[in-house]
Amino acid sequence: MLTHLKKDKVALISALVISALVLAAIAAPILAPYDPLRINLDALRLSPSTSYWMGTDNMGRDVLSRLVFGARLSLLVGVLAAALSMAIGILIGITAGYAGGKVDSALSALTDMVMAFPSLLLAIGITVVLPPGLLTVMLALSVVGWASFARLARGMVLSIKEQPFVEAARASGCTTPRVLFRHILPNCLPLMIIAGSLKVGSFILAESALSFLGLGAQPPTPTWGSMVSLSRNYILSAPWTVVFPGLAIAATVLAFNILGDSLRDWLDPKMRI
Amino acid sequence: MPFYILKRVLIAVPTLLGLALITFLLLRMLPGDPALGLVGERADPKAVEAIRKSLGQDRPLPVQFWGYLELLAHGNLGRSYYTHREVMEDVLQKFPNTLRLALSAMLVATLAGILLGVFSAVSRGSYWEKVFSGASLAGISLPVFWVGLIFMLLFAFMLPWLPPSGMGDGALVYLILPAATLGLNSAAYIARITRMSLIEVLGSQYIMTARAKGLSPFKVVAKHALRNALIPVITLIAIDFGSYLNGSVLTETIFGWDGLGRYAMEGIMKRDYPVILGTVLIGSAVFVFFNMLADLAYAYIDPRIRYGKR
Repeated sequence: MLTHLKKDKVALISALVISALVLAAIAAPILAPYDPLRINLDALRLSPSTSYWMGTDNMGRDVLSRLVFGARLSLLVGVLAAALSMAIGILIGITAGYAGGKVDSALSALTDMVMAFPSLLLAIGITVVLPPGLLTVMLALSVVGWASFARLARGMVLSIKEQPFVEAARASGCTTPRVLFRHILPNCLPLMIIAGSLKVGSFILAESALSFLGLGAQPPTPTWGSMVSLSRNYILSAPWTVVFPGLAIAATVLAFNILGDSLRDWLDPKMRI
Repeated sequence: MPFYILKRVLIAVPTLLGLALITFLLLRMLPGDPALGLVGERADPKAVEAIRKSLGQDRPLPVQFWGYLELLAHGNLGRSYYTHREVMEDVLQKFPNTLRLALSAMLVATLAGILLGVFSAVSRGSYWEKVFSGASLAGISLPVFWVGLIFMLLFAFMLPWLPPSGMGDGALVYLILPAATLGLNSAAYIARITRMSLIEVLGSQYIMTARAKGLSPFKVVAKHALRNALIPVITLIAIDFGSYLNGSVLTETIFGWDGLGRYAMEGIMKRDYPVILGTVLIGSAVFVFFNMLADLAYAYIDPRIRYGKR
């Protein structure tokens, strides 16, 4: 895989960007020049300068510091929610695909039901009835997002389970769980991981949308989406408060998308575009 | 064909029931009395009683769900906690605006997306390809609400070409920014699929024949390749319709567009649960309905689907 990345320069850059972002998020307390929560009424809406690289917002808080701390939350939620929904989806999808029959019909119906909702609307429905916060957002995203993984997994299992090595495994006495986890699952994983990396991007977007609507992390916790929302009214007087958080979201999601695309090309050179 | 239509419509029914079930469960998850959950504590006692009877307080859950379905059948989605207006009434009033916005966005997205996709595909090998495919990749990475704000900043404030918000008197200019914002994401997806599909089609035998015949490249693409390349695009447009419903919550809020999306947003801000749940239900039902229409249209275009596997 690394040789492929070395060839695809853009993807390599994306991978580096993501790594840098993760490092920045982890090292946030050291990197951030100011306390992201500290209100400074003497420094309201200052444009970017040498002391405030990205300017200050309408409460005098340094945008850069808030951005760096916000990276923690966005990445955490995006990655964890993607992992969780992938786990749920794979479990359900593999079960449906392998078991077939009534189990498959029931699980597929459930999957279709969840997919019948426009994702954000369902996520909104879930987050409003639960106590507000990032955990709720993670839960909501997982509940909304597992369906696509389930479909993917089911499709893969349906084609894999006819293969000779599966038959051989069963013939040699493997119990069903063993067949599933040691033989079928590893063959699904590459595609799943790629789908997962693309999902992280879409979850980061979804989390930012929910934060924008006020349904995610509550103030004063900085998340990129809520930063845009809070600064909406100041877009004329202090555009940097809106531009930078949005750029952060866009850049992060773009990096994940580029990486995911590149991995997919690597997996299936036939689809190389 | 009529048989297929019937089958397709019938499949939609359990899906709609499932939507109602999930919304009902969400309603039950609200703390307190679900009947109050539908109309609010300060509502007319008689209305509360009527709903309570339908929902059946001490009855088992399936019976309560049946009561909820009965309420839905009468078009009763509850009342807003604040305005005490019927949610259904508000929804019916605001839905046409959202529909108008969504259809305009779809138009913009389809035209722009297909154009971009075609350009990306035919410019293969030149450096323009990177530009075009980069543009479509960027397009799917941008958050809708941010795009709206940036468009507003650029085209309404910095360059005073377009009105920043509101629906105006229905004039077309007010529609431009919101539709462009809502459609941008979709346009990028459509561009990517068009590109993939077109590249595949352009490699096939009959295209080689067309070229060998001496047809101009334009004709080859427009008359022969595009027709077949667009089939997956149509599927995508249908699937992506949900994104217009999602995006409308954000876009309508930013541009002050009086549609379902902004209605939902106001409900969210005030924790007006009947409004929120009602909008979620209606929005999803519209999505299901639209998917059904799209499936039928798709079957009409591609006869292989109508007649099933042979």
